[in-house]
Amino acid sequence: MTLPETSGATRPRRRRNNRRSWAVLRFAVTVLTTFLGLLAVTFFIGRVVPIDPALAIVGDRAPAHVVERVREELGLNLPLWQQFFIYLKQVLSGDFGTSVLTSNPVLEDIKRVFPATMELATVGTLIGALFGVPLGVLAAVKRGSIVDQVVRVVGLIGYSVPVFWLALLALLFFYAKLNWVAYPGRIDVVYEYTFVSTTGFYLFDAIMQGEWEVFRDLFRHIILPSALLGYFSLAYISRMTRSFMLNELAQEYVVAARAKGLSETRIIWFHALRNAAVPLITVIALSYAGLLEGSVLTETIFSWPGLGLYITNSLQNADINAVLGGTLVVGAVFVTINLLSDLLYRTLDPRTRSR
Amino acid sequence: MTSLETTLKPYSREWLLSDRPTTRRQAQLGRAYVVWRRFSENRLALLGLFIIIALIVVAALADVISPHNPVVGDLRNSRLLPPGSEGFLLGTDDQGRDILSRLIHGSRLTLMVVVLVAVIAAPIGLLVGTVAGYAGGWIDAVLMRITDIFLAFPKLVLALALVAALGPGIENAILAIAVTSWPPYARIARAETLTFRNSEFISAVKLMGASPFRIVLRHVMPLCTSSLIVRVTLDMAGIILTAAGLGFLGLGAQPPLPEWGAMIASGRRFILDQWWVAAMPGFAILIVSLGFNLLGDGLRDALDPKEAGQ
Repeated sequence: MTLPETSGATRPRRRRNNRRSWAVLRFAVTVLTTFLGLLAVTFFIGRVVPIDPALAIVGDRAPAHVVERVREELGLNLPLWQQFFIYLKQVLSGDFGTSVLTSNPVLEDIKRVFPATMELATVGTLIGALFGVPLGVLAAVKRGSIVDQVVRVVGLIGYSVPVFWLALLALLFFYAKLNWVAYPGRIDVVYEYTFVSTTGFYLFDAIMQGEWEVFRDLFRHIILPSALLGYFSLAYISRMTRSFMLNELAQEYVVAARAKGLSETRIIWFHALRNAAVPLITVIALSYAGLLEGSVLTETIFSWPGLGLYITNSLQNADINAVLGGTLVVGAVFVTINLLSDLLYRTLDPRTRSR
Repeated sequence: MTSLETTLKPYSREWLLSDRPTTRRQAQLGRAYVVWRRFSENRLALLGLFIIIALIVVAALADVISPHNPVVGDLRNSRLLPPGSEGFLLGTDDQGRDILSRLIHGSRLTLMVVVLVAVIAAPIGLLVGTVAGYAGGWIDAVLMRITDIFLAFPKLVLALALVAALGPGIENAILAIAVTSWPPYARIARAETLTFRNSEFISAVKLMGASPFRIVLRHVMPLCTSSLIVRVTLDMAGIILTAAGLGFLGLGAQPPLPEWGAMIASGRRFILDQWWVAAMPGFAILIVSLGFNLLGDGLRDALDPKEAGQ
């Protein structure tokens, strides 16, 4: 067991540093190629568009030499790799083009709508993790019990139900029939112009400003969509927690702890769960990233003014700049969350550190 | 020993479970029998299998069993009738069309999407994964980087962007979903390939002078298929949900095709008063996805008992 550590300690320090810098370099190359690949994919999709961008500007009745001049100006006659290079330069300087729908720069639009999506996904993940982890633990401890069956069914339905359909039914039930929650949207019209959000995260701002009435209204708006997203994250988190806990409870240290006379509660919640916590963090991060995707359809149903609604609205209006910009941002956020969770995993779990 | 083997009646239980199969055929049948026994012990898996078989039968007999025309409705007499109305078991939609008939015909579209995506995506993933795993070196590095890049996009968002570029329609939706589906298959095929890449039977085939092309095609790929089939079955539900999502956003099958996601979208306007127009297609999607998930879980447990119960 101790062999690797001692051999590591006696190894010349320079070689160890070398290895570490190699690992950092490899990591950097991975990150760079992934982002470059994302850009290549969106660039390629942009090129497949059957609409000729030049024709879109001058209209299809323009004489040929005008079309040709516009093509020249747009750089459409350059070789593909040069066009990609230009695209790369534009995106890196924050130029995603202009949205046809809002006539704002796409990046401005995305900056405006992104906090709404993040707020929704955060509340959703919180709900999913707060309920999902304990449920998963209980299901693992009492295999075959009611809780275990519930986790199984919740998971199965979560993997099988269309999110937009469940959202519609939830809206029908909790808003139209019971009137427990507010109508679709993020904030009541009454507050829409009086409440000033500085960060874009409304719930946070309302708390900071002490606007409790606004907070109550915001809560009534966010609870249903976030609970819905939370359900999907719960389905995933509880299933994974169960599997990690089953794995941990079969380990020998659990037997040792029992032999030592520790209470079962302490063994489960302190010893086993702590060991399962590290992979769990990755799972929660992944489900957070997954909710960003799930929010595309959910936001459409709940008229939630986030990135998902922005992308689908742009889609309906053939606003390709906005669609590609949104896709690129979602992809980049996805990659970043994955990388961060990977880094976190490595830092928290000493077993995965490269020796 | 041989006398014992010959006394076994062909195709009997003992013959199938024999430790010393005398022919290749007996061995194959025996293995299939063991897998089937493990599979059929799982009731939920059988339920899943039943749902999928029912889906296939309904799709095949759609013209015979659907009570009404799925595309043309009676606008004057049968608009927005509730479920249980005479002749309309699940009610009618705003065009006066029978929802049940539309669901029955929609099963064809669902089945078509699922099968076509699997037929396009699985071989691509298999090819990329096995080649990367067997070749190693820079080929492996390049192929896996490409795979990772496609994995980096959330499925639905990439499919949305692709359909936005290609134009709405069911063919483009299928293409877009296939493009987003192959990376996990490549990952699995590569991992499988790595486990037996340096094994003796590969060396033996190599010694006999087989080309790398032949080794990958004839010896590596067949061994990767069983885990790939499980993964594809488990993915079917996701494919159905993505297709329904695209249909819901108006990017999949176009009206008047009875695609289930598009049906939910058209029922959305009446959700408050005529809830069934949007609700019924959702139940159909839920049941079919559930069927594929149960079937996939059952297959995984039957083919790989180690993972069972996890």
